[in-house]
Order: sequence, then C-alpha cells, then structure tokens
Amino acid sequence: MRITKHPILGEDCEIELVTIFVDGKPIQAKKGEPIAAALLAAGIRKFRITPKDKNPRGIFCGIGRCTDCIMTVNGQPNVRTCITPVEEGMIIESQIGLGKWSDKE
Amino acid sequence: MKEIQIAVIGAGPAGLAAAIELAKAQGNVTLFDENTKPGGQLFKQIHKFFGSSEHLAGTRGYNIGKQLLRETEKLGVNVILDAPVYAIYPDKTISYSHQNREQAIKAEKIILATGATENALAFPGSTLPGVMGAGAAQTMINVHRVLPGKKVLMIGSGNVGLIVSYQLLQAGADVVALIEAAPQIGGYGVHAAKIRRAGVPIYISHTIQKVMGKNEVVAAQIVQLDDNRQPIPGSEKILEVDTVCMAVGLSPLTELAWLMGCEFAYIPQLGGHIPKHNHNMETTVSGLYVAGDITGVEEASTAMEEGRLAGIACAQALGLYDQEKAHTLKKEIWNRLNTLRTGPFGKIRKFAKDELLKISREGTA
Repeated sequence: MRITKHPILGEDCEIELVTIFVDGKPIQAKKGEPIAAALLAAGIRKFRITPKDKNPRGIFCGIGRCTDCIMTVNGQPNVRTCITPVEEGMIIESQIGLGKWSDKE
Repeated sequence: MKEIQIAVIGAGPAGLAAAIELAKAQGNVTLFDENTKPGGQLFKQIHKFFGSSEHLAGTRGYNIGKQLLRETEKLGVNVILDAPVYAIYPDKTISYSHQNREQAIKAEKIILATGATENALAFPGSTLPGVMGAGAAQTMINVHRVLPGKKVLMIGSGNVGLIVSYQLLQAGADVVALIEAAPQIGGYGVHAAKIRRAGVPIYISHTIQKVMGKNEVVAAQIVQLDDNRQPIPGSEKILEVDTVCMAVGLSPLTELAWLMGCEFAYIPQLGGHIPKHNHNMETTVSGLYVAGDITGVEEASTAMEEGRLAGIACAQALGLYDQEKAHTLKKEIWNRLNTLRTGPFGKIRKFAKDELLKISREGTA
C-alpha cells in the first residue's frame, strides 16, 4: 500500500511509473524505487522459498545487508531486491532455492 | 592500478562528514557506497534531532542529509555509488564491484564508515514474510513511502522501537502493541509518551513467543515475564497483526576492519566487537580510520562528529593541516562529542567510549 499523503513528508509528487513483470504479472512501479518497495506496494510479501526447508521469505533488513529478499531478476538469481531499483520491463521471478541462471547469460 | 589519496567507505552521516572535512583541507577524497543514493540511514529519519543548535537539533534527519549532500557536491568530492567494497588488502588495495565489473584501487589512507545492521531475534515464525527489522519498516515508509503492513507489533522499547512506532502511525499503519522484555521502557520518555497518547499500549515485561502464519504473518503470541524473565503460564495473548517489527539493537558492520587485521575490543554497550582506535579515530592499522556506528552504535549526530574528527586527523597525517590548526579543530569536535554524550543515555555511551579508548591505549582485552 502506497503512502500518498504524509503529515511530515507531504504529498507524494513522484509519479513517473514503469511496468515490471513479477512471476509473469505486470505491475506498476515508481521509477527508481527498489524492487522490494514495488512488490510491497502491490501487496506481495513472499519473495522466495528457501533451499532446504522450503520456507517463505520476504524483506528483513531493507538495506542490503541480510539477503533475505533475494529474487531472480532478468534471469540473474540472488539479486537483493531491497536495494536494486526497478527498470522498465524488468522481469522478476520468485526465487526457488538457490535459483537458476537463465540460458541467455 | 589506479592510486588515490583518501578513500572513505560508506556515504552515511559519518562518511559524508569525513569526506567534507577532507575536501575542505584540500585532500583528494573518493567516497564509496554500495547504494545508488548517498545519505545512508539519514533519509529515513524524519524526526527532529535532539541536542543543541550546534548539533543541528530541531532539524529533521533527512534535511541534514540534504545539507551534507549539497556540501559534498559543492566541494567536488568524488562519489562512487553502486560500488560495494568487498575486500581491502594490507597494502590498502580496495576491491569493489561497480556496474557489474570488478575494480581495484589503491589508497594512501582509508576511513571506514560502514555503519551498523539491525539485530534479529529468533522465535518460531521469525523468518515469515512480515517479520522485519524496525529499520526496514522505517526505510519502506519514510524513504519509499510504502507500508510493509497494516497492523504492526513492535518488539523493543528503545528509541528505535518508539520512534518507528510513531512513524508507522504517521504513515497510516495501526501499531497494535509495543512489547519490552525489560521491566521498564528503554528509550526516552518523550518518545514513549507520544505513542501512548496515540493509544498504543506498551507492555513491559513481555516477550514474543511465536508468530503464526503459513506464507506470511497473520498473528503473534506474546507472554508476560516474571522477575527472572521467565514466561508466566496463562498470561499468553494472541494479537492479530500482519507485521512484526524488531527493534532489538544494532551491531557494527566491521567485516572490512577484520579483513585489515585491526585489533578489536568487545564492548556490549556499543554493540559488540569494535575496532580499537585512538582519539584520532585511527585503528591499530596505521592509516586506517573508523567513524560512526562501526566504532560503537550511537546516533547520526555523533556519527557526523566522529566523521569530521577522522577526516581532520587524516588530513593532519597527510600534512594538509599543521599541528596547531588540527589540534584546535579536533578539540572543538571533542567538546561537541562530550556534550552529545551526556544525559542518562549519553552517559552510558560516554563511559563505554572512554573504556574503549582506554583499552585501545593499553592494548588489553
């Protein structure tokens, strides 16, 4: 959920949008925001499944330290979504386990 | 290999302040940060700072951040963003990746201003999506303007827990409760009063037992603790929440200092293992300085002063300032640091910091 009005920060004036694809579904994201923020705004909180116990994970630290929020982005696994800005047409996939590199690499 | 005069690692309040001082002294300084934007954690601090006017009290954190960035730009500091530094070698060769390429650069002097990271608590369900650091929630609401959830349980009543609870309310979330294992509130009374006035219940002597949910948080169970901090059977409460935030302290990010072979001291009040350093913020490795939370977790205001101190000391070591000028500048900073480290909370930090300086001098512990 986006915070459009804020008592200290005022109204959100940054409205330039891009489209990203999350597990095949198009989602509107704010230009320059991290992938994790775009996903939370769209109500997606489960980002990946752990390799051994198959448990769900989402964001934990939000500043690129803990690597809990990693996903496969444009075919590259283990991308820290909390510090990677969205780009137009970006393809984001829930990461299963350690992830796989796409054949394009 | 490219050689530079001074490298500052981390563009938060300490690193920016260090780079500014070095640039003022005509030093040739390069500032590295792994993020795509500088400022560290300053831009999520939308509250007014405490202290006196010389510490920019009454100014909101993000405005202090903007001010530092303006100064950095005006002075022409070379800032390399999107550049995680992953290794530093004994000859001060710095390895970092930038734009998907591995790079190396050699520096004459290095200032580490890498900051800190949030601690985690482990309990059943603690890894579920929706359980996060309070700082993570703060980043999402104040920097990215996205709510990580609607109904929040906050764990920890230190200043981070109290301030982030208030900021979650400002962002439109419902803070269902704040719990604290200790029998008293940890942070400033003024922050606690603000969230109490807003109707948030604060449960002291309470801890979390588990978080329920399959794919994400749907509820949390808390329990009261007795005088020996053991759960009191029958006092369990289930709270309907979708988010659990942990504000249970921070730990300094010291990896690069360990890699450099710095000697460390263990100071629990400052967050754990801290690289030993002297009054000039220089570590046991000659020419390697530290500033900010890596030297013990404090606040942005002290981080900026320590950054300035490290910057000036480094400039002095390079001969950019004469002894007298450097001495005067450093004395002013120490006076400000000592003022910041007063009051019931500051006093504890001052004691710990003095202890650290003493250990560093004597070479024990």
